[in-house]
Amino acid sequence: MEPIYLDNNATTRCEPAVVEAMLPFFTEHFGNASSIHAFGSEVGKALKKARAQVQALLGAEHDSEIIFTSCGTESDSTAILSALKAQPERNTVITTTVEHPAILTLCEWLEKEGYIVHKLKVDKKGRIDIDEYKSLLHDRVAIVSVMWANNETGTLFPVEEMAALAAAKGIMFHTDAVQAVGKLPIDLKNTKIDMLSLSGHKLHAPKGIGVLYLRRGCRFRPLLRGGHQERGRRAGTENSASIVGLGMACELAMLNMEKENTEVRRLRDKLEKGILSQVTHCFPTGDPGNRLPNTSNIAFEYVEGEAILLLLNKMGIACSSGSACTSGSLEPSHVMRAMGIPYTAAHGTIRFSLSVHNTEAEIDRVIEAVPPIIAQLRKLSPYWRDGGPVSAEQAFAPTYA
Amino acid sequence: MWEYSDKVREHFFNPRNSGPLEEANGIGDVGSIQCGDALRLMLKVNPETEVIEDAHFQTFGCGSAIASSSALTEMIKGLTLDEALKVSNQDIADFLDGLPPEKMHCSVMGREALQAAVANYRGEEWSDDHEEGALICKCFAIDAVMIEDVVTANNLNTVEEVTFYTKAGGGCAACHEGIEEILAKVKASRAGPGEVSPPPPCPATPEAPKPPSKKLSIVEKIKIIEEVLESVRPMLQRDHGDVELADVQGKKIYVHLKGACSGCMMEAATLGGIQQKMIEALGELVQVLPSSHMPVEA
Repeated sequence: MEPIYLDNNATTRCEPAVVEAMLPFFTEHFGNASSIHAFGSEVGKALKKARAQVQALLGAEHDSEIIFTSCGTESDSTAILSALKAQPERNTVITTTVEHPAILTLCEWLEKEGYIVHKLKVDKKGRIDIDEYKSLLHDRVAIVSVMWANNETGTLFPVEEMAALAAAKGIMFHTDAVQAVGKLPIDLKNTKIDMLSLSGHKLHAPKGIGVLYLRRGCRFRPLLRGGHQERGRRAGTENSASIVGLGMACELAMLNMEKENTEVRRLRDKLEKGILSQVTHCFPTGDPGNRLPNTSNIAFEYVEGEAILLLLNKMGIACSSGSACTSGSLEPSHVMRAMGIPYTAAHGTIRFSLSVHNTEAEIDRVIEAVPPIIAQLRKLSPYWRDGGPVSAEQAFAPTYA
Repeated sequence: MWEYSDKVREHFFNPRNSGPLEEANGIGDVGSIQCGDALRLMLKVNPETEVIEDAHFQTFGCGSAIASSSALTEMIKGLTLDEALKVSNQDIADFLDGLPPEKMHCSVMGREALQAAVANYRGEEWSDDHEEGALICKCFAIDAVMIEDVVTANNLNTVEEVTFYTKAGGGCAACHEGIEEILAKVKASRAGPGEVSPPPPCPATPEAPKPPSKKLSIVEKIKIIEEVLESVRPMLQRDHGDVELADVQGKKIYVHLKGACSGCMMEAATLGGIQQKMIEALGELVQVLPSSHMPVEA
């Protein structure tokens, strides 16, 4: 039985064409791009081409606005710390409660260091209140950092509108777009976004390569200082093979953009409908009308996510969950809690995230596999009896819960 | 994902004794849906012999919660209630060939369900005395509540002391920042709002370190050393280890680490903790070393 990979928001398979493009940079093109000799200049040319490929996918005005980093997390940290360092008179960061830990953990640490962090709340569909946001824009705000698309639910934030509002007040705007790049058309030169984080492995490039887009003219302080690589904005010898791979992946993403938003969307919708029509007491989380084309996050009530994943895995199906148990913490996903998803459902959320490589046959197999798994676990659950949740009078209510 | 043992997987994929037990006369409900795991244990107890004739479970939870529940029912069937109550959470974990540290609480839940079910059969009240916090030390499965309690009860001030008392932080050291945060939090709460902060809490020994003005005789010194070792032995014995004095040579105190302590990855931390106590009790700088470091006599 061929395994089915529906966890593309976690990471993606490196495209064979990407691997092929990279290979010469481990062998004959091993030079250091900074060297004067032919070994170096070959690599230098390849980096220039890759930079242009990334620039095209992001719609950036200049190729010098592309800074290669090691990952999305590095890009996020660089952006926020740079904004604070470059504007010492500003001490506030605005973000949201549903960001990736790459942002939230950094912000928690900044709070301990004495900075002020405002986290915008979301409603039960994962949407922010734009009026609350407007009211927070003042001259002590160093940077606004808001994700383009949520990694768990796929819900989109109106980052272009938010960036324009920040720009009108002279405030820098950063977006963590690791889930959006390659899935949505992006044209940065026509937005007011100052900085954007991208992660290679989310779009079929290898792990260990990321990009920070930095608008020309935006004040900047590097995170890593040292050599003159990336114009001194990110020191350290370039990861040339991965940069070349990312360039190729960006080019492929441009070609696949249409398929992503038609075929992938259709398969995602089919999967979601197929499951919702067969399983009772489950619902999609986030804002189904405004989300990434590849993501469906379904909350199954009265069952626990890790148990679902283990049984799916046994059937060769790979996806992920927002349950506490899959993360080793005691609380279910912060995104589910921020949206006020009841605990009865938050522990049973499963994220299906597709890519252009998924097929109709695979989706049919998943639609067939999920309902019996949920039924099997509900049969084990003390909260479930005779095809429905235990009624209030016989409710399972442990003495000290 | 987690590295579950084959036995955990086996009990998860083929749970034994699942589902309601109609003739149950002892039922224990523990956990909650908020925490992500909940367990109902149902026992059919023979009123004449108090032997558990059948045991079933229903569990809402992850793979190891379901496997722990399944294992528990297999372990206690055929035991008397008193025998069953001797089953510890570690026994459940051992039966499953071990659980990841993040999942040890699943076995604790099994043990609590058992206590609750027996209490229910006997018509007693059962209340849970176990509060669980966020897992801090993943090497030794120590949570925040436990660290906070031990820090408060013993007036601990350093990560090293916390390691000595709880083992937390004695492995990979990744949790030291988390332990420091707990120490800072407890310290802040000690001061209390509006109160004058108390003098720096003195460590486990009642007297503050004496100035090394009075010279101790060798007999007095060895007596103090023995007292210190006596005071730490119960702690080591709890982990199936022990310690005894081997020799004193000038400022070097050699000890035999025995049982589980010998060759334990925590050896250095254990010796460090003993050394700290020695220094405080003797009022002078000494070194505590394992007996294997004793110079070979000519």
